[in-house]
Amino acid sequence: MSATAAHTVPHAHKPTSSLYMIVLLGAVSTVCGLIIVVADMVTAETIRNNLAQITREAVGEVLPGSTELVKYVADLEAGTITPLAEVTGGATNLFACFGTDESGQRRFLGCVSKAAGKGYAGTIEALYAYSPDAQTITGFKVLESKETPGLGDKIILDNDFNANFTNLDVALNGDMTALANPIVTVKHGKKTDPWQIDAISGATVSSKAVGALLDASAERMIPLIHQHLEELRKGGA
Amino acid sequence: MASPSYKDSFVNGIWKENPVFVQVLGMCPALAITNSVENAIAMSCAVMFVLVTSNALVSILRKWVPKEVRIAVFILIIATFVTVTDYAVKAISVPIYKAMGPFIALIVVNCIILSRAEAFSSKNNVLKSILDGLGMGIGFSIALLCMGGVREILGSGSFLGHPLFGANYEPWVIFVLPSGGFFTLGAWLFIFAWWRERGARNKKPEGHQA
Amino acid sequence: MSGGTDDTLSFLILNTLLVNNFVLAQFLGICPFIGVSNKIETASRMGVAVIFVMLVSSALAYGINIVLVAADAEYLRLIAYIAVIASTVQLVEMFIKKTSPALFKALGIYLPLITTNCAVLGVAKLQTSEGYSFIQCIVFALGSGLGFTLALVIMAGIRQKLDLADVPGLAKGTAIILMIAGVLSMAFMGFAGLGS
Repeated sequence: MSATAAHTVPHAHKPTSSLYMIVLLGAVSTVCGLIIVVADMVTAETIRNNLAQITREAVGEVLPGSTELVKYVADLEAGTITPLAEVTGGATNLFACFGTDESGQRRFLGCVSKAAGKGYAGTIEALYAYSPDAQTITGFKVLESKETPGLGDKIILDNDFNANFTNLDVALNGDMTALANPIVTVKHGKKTDPWQIDAISGATVSSKAVGALLDASAERMIPLIHQHLEELRKGGA
Repeated sequence: MASPSYKDSFVNGIWKENPVFVQVLGMCPALAITNSVENAIAMSCAVMFVLVTSNALVSILRKWVPKEVRIAVFILIIATFVTVTDYAVKAISVPIYKAMGPFIALIVVNCIILSRAEAFSSKNNVLKSILDGLGMGIGFSIALLCMGGVREILGSGSFLGHPLFGANYEPWVIFVLPSGGFFTLGAWLFIFAWWRERGARNKKPEGHQA
Repeated sequence: MSGGTDDTLSFLILNTLLVNNFVLAQFLGICPFIGVSNKIETASRMGVAVIFVMLVSSALAYGINIVLVAADAEYLRLIAYIAVIASTVQLVEMFIKKTSPALFKALGIYLPLITTNCAVLGVAKLQTSEGYSFIQCIVFALGSGLGFTLALVIMAGIRQKLDLADVPGLAKGTAIILMIAGVLSMAFMGFAGLGS
């Protein structure tokens, strides 16, 4: 291919006109822009479905049996709950979950909320399921964490630890404004009360982080859920 | 400058000029996305796709692009294909996309790709450039698999998620941690240096090899 | 309050500087880490240049992201970020050339190479995906740059001593640097949990 080399060498010596360069850059940009837009259009639908699918699966894992999710944005500072469709740019952090009973009737199962807090190495994001009837947390799942593999990431994998959240007591106090007992993480094997979380030995910091993020979220989210319980039970239907 | 043959365009990148082990380029993804074989494969595919497509487009445009703006054009082309890859991976599997974190977007600044555009495809025809991209991509994949294999087998006791050693194996966690990445790559470079030196030693006394 | 948007500034600094050090824990900016770490002096200068580029490009990327989101053109984000970083590097180059020709000479080839330093693009990319506010972005960029510089300078210090050590011939060069980086990375793991 010495012909190509011979072609480019003299070319490099004489300066190219600016107009040519601008036109060339413009043309290349247009082509590149087109490629990107096409790729975006082709994949956008699949990506949206994938993300929705993942959310559905994760919620289904913390609250088994839920087939229909109604999405809400709960503002913990202002104390409001609004359906996702009515807020612009909000991120869903509360799901009202519905399933069907034996006779095929739509039935309210409970709420699933998103919570986040600082772990050992970065933010931990998690989902937890709350049953308003029993006033307990019935399920918990870490969505994202950067905890140390092999130690801190036991909060995701450890079955004994996850057993803490099958029936965690989060009963409200008398005037329904806060939890009667704050959720606390205790040392491994020292759990005495139903509102305590039994830590994983060897991953105490990560276990405590889970307790803290749950408590911080539940302390406000659960009173809020009870204030809006009627609306949530109807689920926008 | 003599242009390499079609065979050399393809083969060079795989072994003799292996981008990671020999040229020591593209270290960031080679260290970051190799804590499991699955991630290593996904990353290799992404890089290979970008290499081949951007090499091809750079080669097609090579006669029209003047020297003054070539880097800008190259980066524009690479960024385009990286964006496409980004969407494609997200559409194929969100968990893999999350595992790769920012490193898909960072393929843009992966030195391997820009260096191939500059050193090879801006001087050679389209077919050779595609072969070069494939060869370099395979070389990169081999390196990533070497890293990912060692790290997953030692660090999690599994290969592609399948447990290898039974329940009693206590994983050597350090290998899936960042420091394990450094150790594994360092060890591989050491082995490669030894290999090449042995090859050179064996060649010398005979003296008739080209 | 989902995501990392409520990260406090002190947490951000500690996190990016030590716990999740860009080089030693997140593998960003490995190329200059290996290439420019043979002398403390060059390493620290490179670090300063990178910090500056990170701060400027982080601020610009924040603005650009707002415009792109408003225009519903997020798919152009990557190209826009790369363009911003490339022009910031050019700007810094011109600035340093004018104010300090000596420094310009010392940094030499490494200055334009900041464009392809993945740590810089990493800052822009991560601040977007974490949804940081403007102040958080700046602090994040500062912490990342400082963390990068810290790793670079520590490595340069070790390598200066290493010149006197008896390293096996085969491990000379990148292999031994990676081994040392592994040990450093392990040491930095000790910072985990700080600031939480």
